[in-house]
Amino acid sequence: MTAAGGGAAPAAPPAGAAAEVFVDLRGIAKSFGAIRALRPVDVVVRRGECLGLVGHNGAGKSTLMNILSGALSASAGTLAIAGEDLTGRYDVRGAHRAGVRCVFQELSLCPNLSIAENARIAHPALHGFGWRRRAAALMQAALDGIFPGHGLGMGDVVGSLSIGRRQMVEIARAFTETEERARLVILDEPTSSLDATAADQLVAAARRFAAAGGSTVVISHKINEILAVADRIVVMKDGAVVDDRPRAAFTREGIVDAMGHAVERARSVRASTATAETMVEVPASRRDGLTFRAARGEIIGLAGLAGHGQTDLLLAVQARRRGTRVAGDVALVPGDRSTDGVFPLWSIERNMSARWLPHLRRGGLIDLGRERAEAGAWRERLALKTPDLRNPILSLSGGNQQKALFARALGAPARIILMDDPMRGVDIGTKQDVYAMIATEAAAGRTFLWYTTEMDELFHCDRTYVFHDGSIVAELAAAELSETAVVQASFKDHSVTDHAVKDPA
Amino acid sequence: MPRFLSWSAAERLLPALTLAALLAGIFHQQPRAMSYFGLDLLLNLSIPIIFATLAQMMIIAINDLDLSIGAFVSLVACIGSTLLTTEPVLGVLALLAGIAAYGLVGALVEWRRLPSIVVTLGLSFVWLGLAVIVLPTPGGRAPAVLSTLVRVKPPFAPLPVYVAAVVALLGWLAVSRSSMGVVLRGAGGNPRSVARAGWSMLAIRVSVYATAGVLGTLAGLSLLGLTTSGDANIASRYTLVSIASVILGGASFTGGRVFPVGAVLGAMTLTLAASFLTFMRISPDWQIGAQGFILIAVLALRALLTRWKETS
Repeated sequence: MTAAGGGAAPAAPPAGAAAEVFVDLRGIAKSFGAIRALRPVDVVVRRGECLGLVGHNGAGKSTLMNILSGALSASAGTLAIAGEDLTGRYDVRGAHRAGVRCVFQELSLCPNLSIAENARIAHPALHGFGWRRRAAALMQAALDGIFPGHGLGMGDVVGSLSIGRRQMVEIARAFTETEERARLVILDEPTSSLDATAADQLVAAARRFAAAGGSTVVISHKINEILAVADRIVVMKDGAVVDDRPRAAFTREGIVDAMGHAVERARSVRASTATAETMVEVPASRRDGLTFRAARGEIIGLAGLAGHGQTDLLLAVQARRRGTRVAGDVALVPGDRSTDGVFPLWSIERNMSARWLPHLRRGGLIDLGRERAEAGAWRERLALKTPDLRNPILSLSGGNQQKALFARALGAPARIILMDDPMRGVDIGTKQDVYAMIATEAAAGRTFLWYTTEMDELFHCDRTYVFHDGSIVAELAAAELSETAVVQASFKDHSVTDHAVKDPA
Repeated sequence: MPRFLSWSAAERLLPALTLAALLAGIFHQQPRAMSYFGLDLLLNLSIPIIFATLAQMMIIAINDLDLSIGAFVSLVACIGSTLLTTEPVLGVLALLAGIAAYGLVGALVEWRRLPSIVVTLGLSFVWLGLAVIVLPTPGGRAPAVLSTLVRVKPPFAPLPVYVAAVVALLGWLAVSRSSMGVVLRGAGGNPRSVARAGWSMLAIRVSVYATAGVLGTLAGLSLLGLTTSGDANIASRYTLVSIASVILGGASFTGGRVFPVGAVLGAMTLTLAASFLTFMRISPDWQIGAQGFILIAVLALRALLTRWKETS
């Protein structure tokens, strides 16, 4: 029983030899309902190789890795590991047996267990008399090998550790070996919570692991890190592989260009309807960040990588958190329909009117006639495809459900509309209807704060703020906006300090 | 701060300190209770409560809640006082069927992703109905062997003390120390990660519920041994008492934080609380409220300890 993180070798040919293919993914595709997360892609990982995988939000990286780790099954294509075709009989257990380990983006340790006990969860072989001592020795060796001087006790309960240390434990666990060897370790954003020293230690450990014949796949938004660790880089975009070349063939700019093709598309910049009256103001969360401002009648885009603070800003505005200035009533259009959006057992009409109830009141009761009339009017305006508004909301297609949620927010007297990436999984026809309506409503004096993960939608905005690591790192006027500019700003490895705060008014 | 003085150690000692304080109060009020027979009388009803509490603890460990344990214990007592006495083979089969039914409920909860509270609440009426069918009016007779077993007078300390010690030790070994216990608590702490490591949540849930069924059966049989006759409502208050005991023992409702030793101490504490209040000459009308007050006081103390731990 060894810990490979320290450099102990999985049995494999020496690195540098004509590298044998370990994982062979051919024509792998995945759809979730009508959404194609992954077009047929071919990816191979060789023994002793460190593969870098990059791409913008929703490029399909995580879906591909979930298929490789057995958590999802592919809709089409073949999967072979070490020359053996495992298509159709590959699952989480199968992945473990084949030596495929995954450090997931969301931390996947059990917070109520100690470090040693978490090793037991990953290794069925750790049982019987003395398992606790063996588990502790295993984790100790792995942590010492990868993060010397980590200062962790194997009996420490994971929940009491800082997030960075939890990530260290999780990485070390992926490299531990019992009778199940570690042959391929997938590291999904492994350094998001590590400090610079630990990140360097991890890069060194991944290189040692590769030298000993193990394979790694590193997914990261930090381009410099990918350039430092990878032998070969695969670039994904819109669920497809758009570039796959050795590391030496890439430069920093080359990767960024491949991720968001730098070709400018023809577009018409919309005539801004912004006024001088400030409706929302959120102070910078850090000294080097920018202040957020939105004027009446303005459409503001919130861009950047997913989970870098855009939703937090929307929620801060909604909750009128201390420090924020919000001059008017607020309504939110949620993006994740199933969890924050629809009331699944209610009718379409009730789902729409949930936010209107304050002004539908007559003598403390709901004016049902008016509710019906207003819902009917919104059906006309949004071209909602349903024979009867009293049908359950789930009878609608996803796009039409989202229209109903727009009606919920826009039918209320709110002056400020927050949109939390509302077009996720919505068809193009619906999108066009909604874009037109947003423009009309903005002209009528409403302010829109629009978080979106789709680049094209930013072209409907008057101004765009780019988020990175919880604060705003760039502000782009409609004329300056380009895919390259957004990608450049969101992939800055260091936060910008030289960017002056511009006054929108 | 040295490890043995840390706030978390104080937190872990809280169930034991609560029990000790309660015992001190009782001995102060009623010095004659400080004897072999006094303790036996005070504690013998804690034996079935300890088993029911551990059954509840197993379920709470995986973030579920069992609202049917009281009704199930009553049903076991009813089967024990009728079928088990008259037709032992049939009786044993009926008890085994009950345990199997518990396992099936676990499978149902996992497979259909149903909330355990709803399923077990519904189930409690099924158990009650079956108990009334088996024993329409209170009565029946416990098998002689059970009544003798719970009246054993071991040397040095009365039986409940031994039972509590042995059960606490076994529970600690199985849940807190064994490699399977780690998987069980992990399934409560982060079920997704346990499933992604290749464990079957279905197998975990079925075995947890079946174990709870075994412990519930032990609770019913030991209760029957003490009372010698059955009643369809004999243990209906066990549902809430068992939940309170588990929480009193330091556990949380979610997150796989359970402590078998604490749970056993919690069960003993709640058994003694009733006697203590009687010794205090508090009228039975107020006792349930006073028990609730004790519970609130202990939990408030624990919340304070947690806060101190975080700030220090």
